Amino acid sequence: MTPDLLVVQDLVKHFPVRKGIFSRVAGHVRAVDGLSFRIPRGKTLSLVGESGSGKTTTGRAILRLIEPTSGSVRFDGIEVTSMNRQDLRALRKRMQIIFQDPYGSLNPRMTVYSVLSEALRTHRLPQATGARDRVYELLSLVGLPPEAADRYPHEFSGGQRQRVGIARALAVEPELIVADEPVSALDVSIQSQILNLLEDLQQQLGLTYLFIGHDLSVVRHISDSVAVMYLGRIVELGPVEAVFEHPVHPYTIALLAAAPVPDPARKRRRILLPGDIPSPINPPTGCHFHPRCPDAQPGCARCETPLIEISPGHWVACPVHAPGAPANA
Amino acid sequence: MNASHEFILRVRNLRTHFHTDQGIARAVDGVSFDIPAGKTLALVGESGCGKSVTALSILGLVPHPPGEVSGEAIEFEGRNLLAFSEAEMRRIRGNEIAMIFQEPMTSMNPVFRIGDQIGAVLRLHRGLSKAAAREEVLALMQRVGIPAAESRLEDYPHQMSGGMLQRVMIAMALSCHPKMLIADEPTTALDVTIQAQILDLLRVLQRETGMSILLITHDLGIVAEIADEVVVMYAGKKVEHAPVAALFAAPKHPYTRGLFASLPAMQQHRQRLYAIRGAVPAPTDFPAGCRFHPRCPYAMDCCRRDEPPLLETGDAHRTACWLHDAGVMAAQGKAPGLPPEAAP
Ligand SMILES: Nc1ncnc2c1ncn2[C@@H]1O[C@H](COP(=O)(O)OP(=O)(O)O)[C@@H](O)[C@H]1O
Ligand code: SF4
Ligand SMILES: [Mg+2]
Repeated sequence: MTPDLLVVQDLVKHFPVRKGIFSRVAGHVRAVDGLSFRIPRGKTLSLVGESGSGKTTTGRAILRLIEPTSGSVRFDGIEVTSMNRQDLRALRKRMQIIFQDPYGSLNPRMTVYSVLSEALRTHRLPQATGARDRVYELLSLVGLPPEAADRYPHEFSGGQRQRVGIARALAVEPELIVADEPVSALDVSIQSQILNLLEDLQQQLGLTYLFIGHDLSVVRHISDSVAVMYLGRIVELGPVEAVFEHPVHPYTIALLAAAPVPDPARKRRRILLPGDIPSPINPPTGCHFHPRCPDAQPGCARCETPLIEISPGHWVACPVHAPGAPANA
Repeated sequence: MNASHEFILRVRNLRTHFHTDQGIARAVDGVSFDIPAGKTLALVGESGCGKSVTALSILGLVPHPPGEVSGEAIEFEGRNLLAFSEAEMRRIRGNEIAMIFQEPMTSMNPVFRIGDQIGAVLRLHRGLSKAAAREEVLALMQRVGIPAAESRLEDYPHQMSGGMLQRVMIAMALSCHPKMLIADEPTTALDVTIQAQILDLLRVLQRETGMSILLITHDLGIVAEIADEVVVMYAGKKVEHAPVAALFAAPKHPYTRGLFASLPAMQQHRQRLYAIRGAVPAPTDFPAGCRFHPRCPYAMDCCRRDEPPLLETGDAHRTACWLHDAGVMAAQGKAPGLPPEAAP
């Protein structure tokens, strides 16, 4: 069995909500509300869910780009949450992030060459001549021509810019990449170029991905396992086939049914969820999903909803559809 | 209704160009289509292919300068909108042709309450009194499924979610009983469960009112769900046009086929995805001949030189690709049609 590269346990991130002229703390956004999952080395786990479900916050808290409120993040056996700045710097060579729109994070006045050589320099990687070769090696790794080195970010199309973002992340030879909606802003023909690139790089370099997405067909394509999130919590977690072929949580089922399918002959078996996604500031009590759930029982507004393992590796947080004691109670 | 009103809208050879520092952007370049009364026509394609500019041209909303709209005609119920004055267009817009956009927030006035904004439309276009308008606003908000509508009349736009705002936009669009609705990516900014609600609402409203819909989207899943007919655009041109079932059963243009093949949903899990090589060219710099030829796996000499005409390839199925021209293909000793295998 492959050892887990990343193990996240009970991760919590609350943001204070301030009100009034004295910036009194009026409540908390419970952006991430007790998340646990693990990713084996070389595999891809996706976080999928609608806006406000806490996907991006989870990715950033893992890298400590924001400080988690509580919980544990172990990377290759090392606890990340309690690490000092210096150790964290060293660790950032092993964990990188790519964003939806790399444009926002690329300095518009720096050529691609400077962007990449700076990434190498900040992490005290090969100097001078070594760096030069490495820049061209990175470009070819992400499928950009050598001439790209002398160009500026605005001269690239969205897909090429994403390649630059990926090259920058790869500069430090990371083991884990958090990919936060990396293809969501791209047109479908370009999206598949980037998805293929991510998969090739995983094969070639043995990368581990935490992939964040909202497009179910993309997530299904790229993942080994999937965590479906709703308002800061995982409602269903399991191997990609289990979650997509045999979804159990009513939210997962509704989410899959809501996605339009490119087949006019297919009969819609749509479950229309009523209402809006509630605010994570004051999420509903009990099961967060109960106000919209077609199968809600009177108890759902009160009960705890731990993840229950219903088959090997397939976890569901729904006392109605996955009743039973927690596996290790 | 006589035969000429079988189509609510007939777009004839529409050209919309922009004069830019980089040269002339031929954003829409000779596009024609008809929308049958009571039906939904979807305009699909990737960003920058001219979908939104087509919609704005119909509505008379292309900024001039830099934009310049020309063409044979945009016939709405037999009247040529291209010959209309701005004042006449204002009466058409919002009254007979309504529109909703991707970002409802940008079409709302942030400092007015929701109820007042819809009410203002009713009083302006239908001359209702204040009290009558309020009644009607409430009825409309309930009709588009806004819960607790009465209390939300007093809300400001920023107090509403994206899904609720899009419902408000639809309520405003419906308020004057339009004959046609133009919806430009109406659900692109929404979460998938909310998108499903809005698509369902559009479908129900069309059934109830009989309005025609011009739906602009890049999402082939949405097309499959609600369109009757589909126009595929690429680089300012119509490259394929077919009833929805025919298009999905057998796309005829290499670009359309490439789009379908690129969808992760169409692949076996983890199989390598088909990718169309390269990227959409800039509109100031469209290639000669077939505008798709630099990205097309089947491009022939004639494709680089001559623009392909729109060819009939079967029942109401048309495509602009030389592969379907019997003469061109015969000269190469081949039968017309798209080759069976898509080369990656
Ligand atoms: N006001 C404008 N000035 C110059 N170019 C424009 C203007 N509006 C649109 N365009 C250009 O027209 C082309 C088609 O755009 P658009 O219709 O918005 O595409 P789509 O809706 O299919 O994504 C784009 O390349 C766009 O940049
Ligand atoms: S006309 Fe030629 S280049 Fe254009 S799509 Fe057809 S085969 Fe390809
Ligand atoms: Mg558009």
